[in-house]
Amino acid sequence: MTKVKRSRLGMPAILYRGSLLLGSMAVFATATLYFAGAFNRDAVTAQKFVDLQQGDTPHAGFRRAHAKGICITGNFESTGALSSYSVAEVFKKGSTPFYGRFSIAGNNPTAPDLKAPVRSLAFAVNSGTVDEWRVAMNTPPVMAVATPEAFFQQLQALSPDPITKQRDPEKITAFFKAHPESKAFNDWKADYVPANSFAAERYHSINAFYLHNELGDKQAVRWVARPHKATSNAAMLDTSSANALQQELASRLDQNAVKFDLIFTLAASNDDENNPTIPWPSDRQTINAGTLSIVSWHNQENAACGDANFDPLVLPQGMSATADPILRARGAAYAQSYRRRAKETLLGAKVSATNGGE
Amino acid sequence: MSANKGYSAGSRLLHWVMALMLISMLFLGLSMVQSLAVWQVEAVTLHKSTGILALILVVLRLINKVCSCTPTLPTELPRLQRFAAHITHFGLYCAMILMPLSGWLMQNADGRVVQFFGLFQLPNLLDADIKYFAFFREMHGIVAWLFLAMIFMHISAALYHGLIKRDGVMSAMLTGKKEL
Repeated sequence: MTKVKRSRLGMPAILYRGSLLLGSMAVFATATLYFAGAFNRDAVTAQKFVDLQQGDTPHAGFRRAHAKGICITGNFESTGALSSYSVAEVFKKGSTPFYGRFSIAGNNPTAPDLKAPVRSLAFAVNSGTVDEWRVAMNTPPVMAVATPEAFFQQLQALSPDPITKQRDPEKITAFFKAHPESKAFNDWKADYVPANSFAAERYHSINAFYLHNELGDKQAVRWVARPHKATSNAAMLDTSSANALQQELASRLDQNAVKFDLIFTLAASNDDENNPTIPWPSDRQTINAGTLSIVSWHNQENAACGDANFDPLVLPQGMSATADPILRARGAAYAQSYRRRAKETLLGAKVSATNGGE
Repeated sequence: MSANKGYSAGSRLLHWVMALMLISMLFLGLSMVQSLAVWQVEAVTLHKSTGILALILVVLRLINKVCSCTPTLPTELPRLQRFAAHITHFGLYCAMILMPLSGWLMQNADGRVVQFFGLFQLPNLLDADIKYFAFFREMHGIVAWLFLAMIFMHISAALYHGLIKRDGVMSAMLTGKKEL
């Protein structure tokens, strides 16, 4: 190759071209920082949510919320009654194995079972396929608030003071006063009596989802896992044990399967499927989709449920998410909690919680 | 002399389409892992489908790279700059391959199937495993930042050649001619 002669650039041209170069690079760097969130530090992010949930002393290797739980397996016996509303495999008449988890609210994997205000039931079917359905249900039927920002404030108001370790009742009162949409939630809370068993609670989807059938129709639904044995036997519960609910469940499963019906409520046209604070009227049509039959339990540290991320946005073909802002925030928040504990597990930082809870 | 020519039309098309796509994907990725907005769900779906497209395109690009001539760098370029250019290009190709692969594997390790705009699905390469998830999730995050840093260097160097040195390096990819 021959050396090529070029005209020399004059000083003004060098300045002009040089600033064009630097300007372009500044635009790229600024865009990168913008999308990384550097200019919107006040926004409530998945990271801030999980920071708040985990508190000052994160429990390495455990979920940042609902850290304590027990794994279960069983079968979902579908009645087929939902198959005209959804093409999902799981709703065809028949049996589908599932794995799942009962858990209690809170970030402490050794917390006493009976102190937690909220209990949960999660399960997953058809894992690793396009027909997978992950479900995460809680005892309250509705949310107190309708947006992730308000939910963040709610968690802040409910968080104990870092110095006194006590909740501030004034802060809590002020929060609920500022959020009248929390009325249905607080009404539920006032009437709620915790059952003496995981097996006797009702667990709600809280958020609404859409079912899609082969005609392309969509129907907004919520559902509740309704226990077959709604009455719990207090005699079986060892209230002095931190693992009272887990032990009760284990001894119950040693005798019989624990069953829940999955009752779907169909929204009417005037129900707002995007607002999780408003209960739908009780006269709405309900459909029994089938029975969750739980047959075995395992310690969460050596079973599939312990390592699973029950992200309720993993939906099968034939189901989709509504525009409910709380529902849509769950995916990113669950992913952040999952990422943190996965990394801790990989790096061997996970501490066994089995003994601490005994 | 082929060495004096710029990149072929096909190479240039692949380069610019992928540039636009990959930078959008990186920016979308940075924001969607934080955002609690309602569009986050669709963003993740779009990110996965586009990721498959990026994987297909990088395979095409590697084939194209082997089968066609890459214009040589100007001979008067100092050896250190030449070396830096080769290292950055190698790094960019590594990132183009590692990003979609780590994304695919991290999804499988979380038990999830990766779908292409609902048309087809990728085979599962891994069973669900939280440690594999952690490995590929962290890789996806770290390589994303390295990728952005290399793209920054790549654009800087291209503009330096195009605006200051005017040695035909940038026009080889812009117009396909090594005009000065």
